Amino acid sequence: MVQITLTVNGEPVDVAVAPYKTLLEVLREDLNLCGTKHGCELGECGACAVLLDGQPVLSCLVLGVDCGGRAVTTVEGLASDGRLHPLQETFADLGAAQCGYCTPGFLVTAKALLDEHPRPTRDHIRDALSGNLCRCTGYQQIYEAVEAAIAKGSR
Amino acid sequence: MMRLPNFRFVAPTSVHQAAELLAASSGDTMLVAGGTDLLPNMKRRQQAPGTLVGVRHIAELRAISSGDGVTIGAGLTLTDVIRLRQGFGGQAREAYGALWQAAAQVATPQLRNMGTLGGNLCLDTRCNYYDQNYEWRKAIDFCMKKDGETCWVAPSSPKCVAVSSTDTAPALLALGASVTLVSANGTRQIALSDMYRNDGIHYLTRQRSEILTSVHVPRLDGWRSVYWKLRRRGAFDFPVLSVAAAAKIAKDGTVEAARIVLGAVASRPVEAPAEAIAALVGRPLTDDLISEVAERAAQPSRPLDNTDFTLVWRKRMTKFFVSYALKELRGDDMRARRLKVSRQELL
Ligand SMILES: Cc1cc2nc3c(=O)[nH]c(=O)nc-3n(C[C@H](O)[C@H](O)[C@H](O)COP(=O)(O)OP(=O)(O)OC[C@H]3O[C@@H](n4cnc5c(N)ncnc54)[C@H](O)[C@@H]3O)c2cc1C
Ligand code: SF4
Ligand code: FES
Ligand code: FES
Repeated sequence: MVQITLTVNGEPVDVAVAPYKTLLEVLREDLNLCGTKHGCELGECGACAVLLDGQPVLSCLVLGVDCGGRAVTTVEGLASDGRLHPLQETFADLGAAQCGYCTPGFLVTAKALLDEHPRPTRDHIRDALSGNLCRCTGYQQIYEAVEAAIAKGSR
Repeated sequence: MMRLPNFRFVAPTSVHQAAELLAASSGDTMLVAGGTDLLPNMKRRQQAPGTLVGVRHIAELRAISSGDGVTIGAGLTLTDVIRLRQGFGGQAREAYGALWQAAAQVATPQLRNMGTLGGNLCLDTRCNYYDQNYEWRKAIDFCMKKDGETCWVAPSSPKCVAVSSTDTAPALLALGASVTLVSANGTRQIALSDMYRNDGIHYLTRQRSEILTSVHVPRLDGWRSVYWKLRRRGAFDFPVLSVAAAAKIAKDGTVEAARIVLGAVASRPVEAPAEAIAALVGRPLTDDLISEVAERAAQPSRPLDNTDFTLVWRKRMTKFFVSYALKELRGDDMRARRLKVSRQELL
């Protein structure tokens, strides 16, 4: 086991990780943060996306032992002061989450996009979310929810 | 659950330390950069290194310098490589077009944030009989590339014919790039083309003790280059055919020099035959010349039945892809065609 300190959703966390564990496994199994979903485990779906130092990455392909000193944001970290992030509100209101399995990955990826480009075009949104699969919505509601969150003044 | 097998992890902070670690190892040590190729392979037990040397903490691998051309650190991510196009002046943006177009078409945005240029150039070759989990491979009695003896694609073949599936390698070959390899014994710079071998198992001439530290792209005044990729979806999928083309075109439209490279049709990127290039040089890019050259450049394309889509169709598409690339070099507006065949807009 290797002892590491990382920041998860703004709070410093000490955790002993087995070298073979991915960040996804560390989050879900060692830190009990099960918002991040476990999909294909091979980089082929986007369900496990989290922000690592602000950038969307696939936690199923990040080594936990290599995360010492880094900042991780999961879906659990999107709400602040008991209020949902505008993206979470618009995803819920506009049917952008149906079964919801892909939603955490879409939410963090969309948040990173809006943090970097507050007013992306539809093409830009589609491109930024092209690494997240959804089996339910057909994507249209997801793009609309991101646009609605922009209109709400998401940040 | 597909867990990684156990291994020891070390994270050196200099190329020198990493080279010493590789030199001291018994041979089951591997480098890991973004991990986006190696970790899925380890989960499927295609690769099972006892020690992983992580290179993320090596700042030297992320250096960029320009002077006579540009030198790009192998540890930069593909997202970093795409961003470089903003740093180049207008001319370099055109000249190095194939590189950023290729990087922008790799996998997905998240994977491009993780995957590095060095990892992309050293990407394991791929095959439908190999990129499967352990149980699946065991059920077919494994294959020559890992744990078995027979090649299930070409049972009479003495060698593995797994496919070179890197997007940036054909692009960088078209730009005439070279790479720097460093080991505990010293440093060597070789043409990128010389790093590849047409063998699905021994696809690199890089020694296990060597680290790919940087890629050098020469100055290409007056050149343009482009990259075209065939795949099923507009994201995620590896190329099943690709064409990188670069040309220096005079003001009057005459081609002065050119390179065309085919990707995903063999175990290494394949340069178009010299006669295809000879036919281009000294002539303007007319539709007739483009069809003639496309036919010749596509000659070495011999895809096998081990990736997505049927091989007959992939082979037939080669000449069309060469012609799309040449038309884009000529200055035609190819955006609609690109969207149709690659299903991705290059923003
Ligand atoms: C779903 C999915 C889709 C993908 N689609 C594509 C695609 O369309 N096109 C494509 O080209 N790739 C694709 N990839 C593969 C991969 O994401 C990229 O090729 C990426 O650039 C690999 O870089 P990496 O840093 O993650 O490599 P790693 O996995 O870290 O390493 C890959 C190999 O290179 C070696 N290596 C790494 N760095 C060095 C170095 N500095 N010196 C020497 N050896 C080194 C490693 O030992 C390993 O053998 C895909 C992967 C996934 C999971
Ligand atoms: S080409 Fe043949 S030996 Fe190589 S990976 Fe495929 S089946 Fe195995
Ligand atoms: S679980 Fe990580 S990409 Fe599917
Ligand atoms: S809502 Fe079900 S997979 Fe996206």
